[in-house]
Amino acid sequence: MTSEKEHIILQSEGLSIGYFSKKKPQVIASEISFNFSEGILISLVGANGIGKSTLLRTLSGMQKAIGGNVLIHDKQLRSYHPIELATLLSVVLTEAPTSKNLSVLEFVSLGRQPHTNWMGNLSVTDKEKVLRSLTQTDIVDLKHRHCFELSDGQMQRVAIARALAQDTSIILLDEPTTHLDLYHRANILKLLKKLAQDTRKTILFSTHEIDLAIQLSDQMILMTEQGTLIDAPKQLIKNGHFNDLFPADTIFFDSDTGRFTIKN
Amino acid sequence: MDTSRSYKAIFILLIVVLAATFILNISLGSVGIPLKDILASIFGGEVSKASWDYIIIDYRLPKAITAVLVGSGLAISGLLMQTLFRNPLAGPFVLGLSSGASLGVAVLILGAGAFGGAIGGLLTSEWSLVIASALGSFIVLLAVLAVTLRIKDTMAILIIGLMFGSVTAAVVAVLSYFSDAEQLQQYVFWSFGSLGNQSWSGVLILSVCTVAGIAISFLVSKSLNALLLGENYAKSMGVRIKRTTVVLIITTSILAGGITAFAGPIAFIGLAVPHITRQWITTSNHRILIPAVLLFGSIIMLICDVVAQLPFSEYTLPINAITSLIGAPVVIWLLVRKRKLLF
Repeated sequence: MTSEKEHIILQSEGLSIGYFSKKKPQVIASEISFNFSEGILISLVGANGIGKSTLLRTLSGMQKAIGGNVLIHDKQLRSYHPIELATLLSVVLTEAPTSKNLSVLEFVSLGRQPHTNWMGNLSVTDKEKVLRSLTQTDIVDLKHRHCFELSDGQMQRVAIARALAQDTSIILLDEPTTHLDLYHRANILKLLKKLAQDTRKTILFSTHEIDLAIQLSDQMILMTEQGTLIDAPKQLIKNGHFNDLFPADTIFFDSDTGRFTIKN
Repeated sequence: MDTSRSYKAIFILLIVVLAATFILNISLGSVGIPLKDILASIFGGEVSKASWDYIIIDYRLPKAITAVLVGSGLAISGLLMQTLFRNPLAGPFVLGLSSGASLGVAVLILGAGAFGGAIGGLLTSEWSLVIASALGSFIVLLAVLAVTLRIKDTMAILIIGLMFGSVTAAVVAVLSYFSDAEQLQQYVFWSFGSLGNQSWSGVLILSVCTVAGIAISFLVSKSLNALLLGENYAKSMGVRIKRTTVVLIITTSILAGGITAFAGPIAFIGLAVPHITRQWITTSNHRILIPAVLLFGSIIMLICDVVAQLPFSEYTLPINAITSLIGAPVVIWLLVRKRKLLF
C-alpha cells in the first residue's frame, strides 16, 4: 500500500480508543495503525463488546480518541470543521431514522445537507447526485415510498443511498447486515464491494459475517483480546489469526474452508 | 430535502380558508353586525353605526388577530418540540411548558399580595406577566432538557411534564390559600384562557414574540430536517446539536411563554395541529410543514374562538375548554385510525 501513498484517504497512527469515565480514560483498544487508500472495502470484525462501534465512532469524529491520531486526507480529524468533515466522511448507523414518515427521496436528499445553503435548497447538481445514488443502490422504484413501508433490507439500501448522496470519499457503516437474512446480507455486502470499486470510495463496515467478509473485503480489521490486526483476509488466515477472535472452547476457524465450525 | 410534490394548491386553499374564517370570526358575536359594515370598518370605509366601528376595531379585530397569533405560535412550538424530542406526543402543554408558565403567573399574581399595593400593581403590568410566564416555561424546558440528555427514554420526558403539572397545581393551591379573593379570581380567569380583552399594545407585544419565534423556526428548518434522522445522523452531516437544541428551546419558550402570558394556558393546539396538518401535508420537510402548521393553527384557533363566543348569545365559554373539547377527540381519533402517530 505504500506504493499508493498519494492516495491514502483514511489513516490512523497508534490510535487508542475508549471512554472517559470520571476523567480517567478507560482504554478499550490501543495501538491501532492503518493506511487505507481509495476504492477499497474494509471489514471490521471482532467479538461483541470488543470495541467495534467505539472504533467507528472514533473514526467518524463522534467520540474523542484517547491517544494517537486519525488523519483524513492527511489532515487531523479533530482539526476539521463539522461541515467540512461532513463532505469527506459519511456514516450508515444501525439506528432507524427517528421519523418513519420520511419518504425515501426525502431521506436520501437529506444526505446533501452539508453541500446545500442555509435554506437547504437542492440545486440541479444535488438532485442529480440524489438520483445517481438511488440508481447505484437500485432503489429508484422506491423513491416515493415512506420509510415505515420498507422492509429491513430495503431500509438498509436507503441508508446506504443517503450516505452515497452525501458524496464523501469515506463511508463508515455500523453493522449494515444486522436483521437481514443470508440472501440480503450477501446482497448488501456485494453492493458495498461494487460501490468501492465503481465509485473509488473507501468503505469501512463492521460486521459479524466473518465468512462473507473474508470473501469480499480487501482489508480486514480484526479486533481481538490480544490486539488489533489489520491485513488482507488471506494473510490473516495464513497466519492463523482468526482463531484468536473468539474463546477456543466452542468454535474454531477452519483455514481450509475459511469458515468457523462448532467444536464437538 | 427533496419534496416529491408541490403543495401550492393546498397553500392557496389554506390562505383562502384563513381569510374566510377571519372574517367569520369578526362577523359573529353578541351583537349582529352586517358583513358590509364589517368590511367597511376593517378597510376604513363608512360604517352605519359608530358603536359597531368601536366593537370591531377595539374588540373583535384584536381578538381575531390574537387568535391567529396564538394558534400559529402554539402549533409551531408543538411542531418544534415533536421534532426536538423525537416524540409525537410532545407539545407545550403535555411537556409541562404551560404548567411552568402558569406557575410563573401564579407566583406573580398570587404572590403580588405579599409585596403590598404599589409594588404589587407594578408587578402585574403587561410586561411582567409576559416575563413571569416566559421564565416559568423556560425553567420547565430546561428541566425537561436535562432529563432528555440523561435518559433516552421519551416516556420519562412525558412523566416529567405531568409532574410539573402536579407541582404547579400544588404551588397554586398553597398560594391561593394565602391570597385574597380578588387575586385568586384574577388567576383563575387567566387560567381559563382568553383571546379577548387584549389592548392593541398587548397584541403588539404578542406579535413580536410570535413573529420572532416563527422567524427563528424558519431559520433552523434545515437543522430540523436533519434531526428527523436522529441526533447521530444529524451530527454526521455537520449539524451542531447542542447549539440547535438551545436555539429550539429558547424559541419554544418565547412562543409558548409569551402566548400563555397573554391568552392563558391553551391546551391541545400545540399537540394536535401538527398531526392534523400531517393528514394533508404528507411531507416531513419543515420548510413546507412550518408554513402549513402556521396556517392550520390560525384557522383552527379562529374556529375554536367562534365556537367559544357562542354567537348571538351574551355568554363566552373559556377558550381552553373548547380547544380541549376539540383537540382531545382529534388526537384519540388519529391514534385509533392510524394506530400510531407518525411525525
